Amino acid sequence: MKKFIAGAVLAATLAVSGTAFAAELVIKGSTTVLPIAQSAAEKYMTAHPEVAITVSGGGSGNGIKAIIDGTTDIADSSRFIKNEEVKAAVEKGTYPVPFGIAMDALIPVVHPSNPVQDLSIEQLKKIYMGEIKNWKDVGGSNKPIAIVSRDTSSGTYETWESKILHGERVDKRALIVASNGAMVQTVAKNENAVGYIGLGYLNDSVKALKVEGISGNKENALNGTFPVSRYLYMFTKGWPSGDILNFINFVLSDEGQKLVGEAGFVPIR
Amino acid sequence: MKKEQAPGIIIMSISSMGIFIILFILFFLIKEGLPVLKEASLLSIVTGSDWYPTETPPALGMLSLIVGSVAVTILSSLLALPISLFIAIFISEIASEKMRNILKPILELLGFLPSIILGFLGMVLIAPWLQANFTILSGLNLLNASILLGFLIIPIVGSLAEEALSAVPLELRNASYALGATRWETISKVVFPAALPGILSACLLGIMRGMGETMVVLMAAGGAAIIPVSLFDPVRPLTSTIAAEMGETPVGSPHYHALFFAGLILLIITLAINLLSSWIESKRRVRPS
Repeated sequence: MKKFIAGAVLAATLAVSGTAFAAELVIKGSTTVLPIAQSAAEKYMTAHPEVAITVSGGGSGNGIKAIIDGTTDIADSSRFIKNEEVKAAVEKGTYPVPFGIAMDALIPVVHPSNPVQDLSIEQLKKIYMGEIKNWKDVGGSNKPIAIVSRDTSSGTYETWESKILHGERVDKRALIVASNGAMVQTVAKNENAVGYIGLGYLNDSVKALKVEGISGNKENALNGTFPVSRYLYMFTKGWPSGDILNFINFVLSDEGQKLVGEAGFVPIR
Repeated sequence: MKKEQAPGIIIMSISSMGIFIILFILFFLIKEGLPVLKEASLLSIVTGSDWYPTETPPALGMLSLIVGSVAVTILSSLLALPISLFIAIFISEIASEKMRNILKPILELLGFLPSIILGFLGMVLIAPWLQANFTILSGLNLLNASILLGFLIIPIVGSLAEEALSAVPLELRNASYALGATRWETISKVVFPAALPGILSACLLGIMRGMGETMVVLMAAGGAAIIPVSLFDPVRPLTSTIAAEMGETPVGSPHYHALFFAGLILLIITLAINLLSSWIESKRRVRPS
């Protein structure tokens, strides 16, 4: 559909101007960054009807691979480029340039009646692996812990897995919810539950936990002290120019960063 | 072209288009689902219970998903089918003409209840209630989803079974009464057996509806990929797995093909129920009446 709209815009532009050639911009990669890229592309195309932007997901790895192979102009990624990927890129003569465009902070949440205030990363890891099964083992009341997790294909889950679980498997008995919204709903209705949500979804129906004594908020995510946060990136082939540079600048502008906030992430400026 | 041929041609072309579309869907499902067998053997998919599809290499065991689907379907049928049949008998045989004219439309209207509303009720009403009254980990579990699915099945099975009962000729009832049978004997020994093929296919239709239902199980079943051992264990049926994971899966990955394969398994199960239903009906029909 997006392609179709882009094509329609392109055709309309050509029909109206006759001479002007529309530039085409391809963005691929992380599904976490996808909502930011999509809303930014829509706004950008409204302001610059001569540019047609195609946005698609496919995962961070696929996006970076596309930058290396030269099949995309911008790669969305929810992680930094890996050493092997840099090597592969240099061998092909491309130099990927990262632009941090937003931050993603994940807040562990529990039922408001839960007395627990703070969990260490080690405690969270053991809870999610199913080794700690009762709240009394982490300073709470004598109640079983109901782990709530996101499905394994979600970008939110990926962050949680890399920052908390360090490669271990989430307990099979974990309840699985399909979205941040469902996570809030589930934890708010279950006094045994623990879950995690993006900062943008936090509200009064659940209680946010500190991690290692640090509360998860915009400031702590930005200054890097909150441990469950990460940058979201857009990678370009070499230093960008023309429309690619304009688009990156747009994402980093006040208007673009507002879209970042609307998509549930932390604006970086 | 003769004038009387036109309707036949129009109907045939439209219906063959419909059949073609259905065959195309089936073809697409097979085309996108089968490549998963390159990643994992059929045996490891249907007997493995580790569902970690995004790991490298992916763990694609679907046994707990299949068992989850079957468990929810069986439990909801056990809860809903008897109630549906009693409702059908009541409306068809016991209620007065006036009551029937009120109850039947209500039953049929309930059949159109959007499942997401039921799922929502399960999340905000039944789950906290279960949690308050039993010492359980979570109110989102097998029982919760089965109760909701039961509500979904009852109007469908109830109204179809009622139609089957009403279709039994009045002569049979009158003959039964003429022989001195009581009302209960007439219902249980004459009307019900006569309507049995229709009632059975109504039940199977309800079971298939439960098997294919997605929204309710996505919202209320809890979503843990385990083989349930108690009514209060969370489960993760095939349908909710597809719904939850398809959106963020890279196209063409093993995970993507595995989800299509899960759809194929679902199709095979419902097809089997369907064939069973038509087999029952054909067996019944040859019996002299």
